[in-house]
Amino acid sequence: MIEVEETLEIGLEPIPRVDGPLTEFWRAYAQNRGALLGLSLAAALLLLAIFAGVIAPHSPYEQFREATLTPPAWQAGGDPRFMLGTDPVGRDILSRLIYGTRLSLLIGLISVAISLSLGIVLGMIAGYIRGWTETAIMRLMDVMLALPSLLLAIAVVAILGPGLINAMYAIAIVLLPHYVRLTRAAVIAEAGREYVQSSRIAGAGATRLMFSTILPNCLAPLIVQATLGFSSAILDAAALGFLGLGAQPPTPEWGSMLADALEFIQRASWVVTFPGLAILATVLAFNLMGDGLRDALDPKLKR
Amino acid sequence: MSLVEVADLRVEFGVASAPIVAVDGVDLTIEAGEVVGCVGESGSGKSVTALALMGLVEFPGRVRARRLAFAGRDLMGLSESEHRKLVGKEIAMIFQDPLASLNPCYTVAFQLTETLRIHGTDAERASAKLRRARALELLRQVEIPDAEARLAAFPHQLSGGMAQRVMIAMAIACNPKLLIADEPTTALDVTVQAQVLALLLRLQRERAMALLLITHDLAVVAETAQRVLVMYAGQVVETGPVPRIFDAPRHPYTQALLAALPEHNVGRTRLKAIRGVVPGALDRPRACLLHPRCEYALERCRMERPALEGAETREARCHFPLDPDGRPTRGWAPEGLPCRANG
Repeated sequence: MIEVEETLEIGLEPIPRVDGPLTEFWRAYAQNRGALLGLSLAAALLLLAIFAGVIAPHSPYEQFREATLTPPAWQAGGDPRFMLGTDPVGRDILSRLIYGTRLSLLIGLISVAISLSLGIVLGMIAGYIRGWTETAIMRLMDVMLALPSLLLAIAVVAILGPGLINAMYAIAIVLLPHYVRLTRAAVIAEAGREYVQSSRIAGAGATRLMFSTILPNCLAPLIVQATLGFSSAILDAAALGFLGLGAQPPTPEWGSMLADALEFIQRASWVVTFPGLAILATVLAFNLMGDGLRDALDPKLKR
Repeated sequence: MSLVEVADLRVEFGVASAPIVAVDGVDLTIEAGEVVGCVGESGSGKSVTALALMGLVEFPGRVRARRLAFAGRDLMGLSESEHRKLVGKEIAMIFQDPLASLNPCYTVAFQLTETLRIHGTDAERASAKLRRARALELLRQVEIPDAEARLAAFPHQLSGGMAQRVMIAMAIACNPKLLIADEPTTALDVTVQAQVLALLLRLQRERAMALLLITHDLAVVAETAQRVLVMYAGQVVETGPVPRIFDAPRHPYTQALLAALPEHNVGRTRLKAIRGVVPGALDRPRACLLHPRCEYALERCRMERPALEGAETREARCHFPLDPDGRPTRGWAPEGLPCRANG
């Protein structure tokens, strides 16, 4: 047994250069063309949102009284000043859409951030402590899941009162159960692993085990769910806006733009087409991105 | 005063009215600097005994003991945070699967220094540079080639043997008085097994720490331990100093285990196996736990549970302990059946 020790010196060649985790991730992500499309679309939307003030030709609130319901520039009677036409009170649709990007991304970001952080904490507690705490948390989440999401959001807004901020809270609450369940499942799977036990043996306390040892290993599914949740948050916000419970006029929010123009759908189809297309493109971009992330982050789906 | 004193340790799972007994009245003492082997089949309670000692049996498991002490301090009465402080610093443990025991999200350097940040000396707690130097030194002590480069490696970039070395480095980082190695070589291939064992023993000698080696590999115990505990279905069935327990086992189970070694079966077409399986939760005998599988079982073995008897260092839990020739003693006589010949 002892003579084996001598042979240890062989194998001194340096470890082969392994790609960093980011390089490896990007290679897997870039293989998916749909994901790349989603990413570029999302990046474009982000740029639009940041530089809305520079890009938009007009103010989103300015009313051109002489040019109400102008058709898009390429149609007969179009005005080159208003690329996508104007709405019933003469505001430039293109400018409103560009400013609306800002709102939609903000809604997505804030609602996802709220529900993600709350969901991680609740799911971590449920999965780590187990027992009746888990039962209480998970049954509450089951109740929330049992209600149709839009109905729940409407109920929350009805309690808090309509408005953009309250709509964000409502959406965050609607999205919450998904994150809680996902975190709990991942935590239960990880908590039984030996590295958690060895960390506990080394004297790590509960908080440290939960957030420093286990959490980083549960992040992949959460990142994916957050991206997909982003798009459903935008969709829900548009729905709330359409129902008049989200952003209030004259805020250039896509859902409320749809609602404002509903009565003109026969006469001036562009007033509803373009906000709808904007919602579609955004949701599609984030869903494609989320799918690509899932393929790249889930080792089971890797070839 | 022994380093570890365990008396009548009992660990149960399941409901109180119909408990599943994982550890059943285990006594264990480990002196400072001693190497104790603990062998037994899967499910014989080896690992649970170690976990109970570490205070890591989780709800719904229940731990009871007449005495459970480490370095003279009673572990039963400690609060959880006191326990954590004591256990993390003075008892260390390494597991069977080294790759699963390292957190996949952090580098080797991070995981090594993390322990030092909490349990290290005052100077180490204060200075990140010192901790890094110490981590490097630890990796060199466990004979990891090119230690500097490995510090930045993630666990998935290490081989099994390498990962086990890192685990050992983490375990010895705080100079523990006791190292529990729970089947440290099972997941490794044979040549690496020998290296890791040699390393463990060298560190044990250099640091005079006690080593509890849990394994089901008798050869490993024979080469390393000074004293051995043979466990069966949650009970210690035989204990004794190492060469003697292998030369002249006194319990039929130890004898049967030894007879099943490939080395003892040279020239046969089939290995000699122990018939039957370890009793489970539902078919646990009330008398001698081994009697359904024992070659020598008599009526008394089916009726009455034997106690662990013998001289201080050489005990066996059998009504008819074997003599040095491997024959049952104390008036054992076959009951009408033809005595099953050995072989």
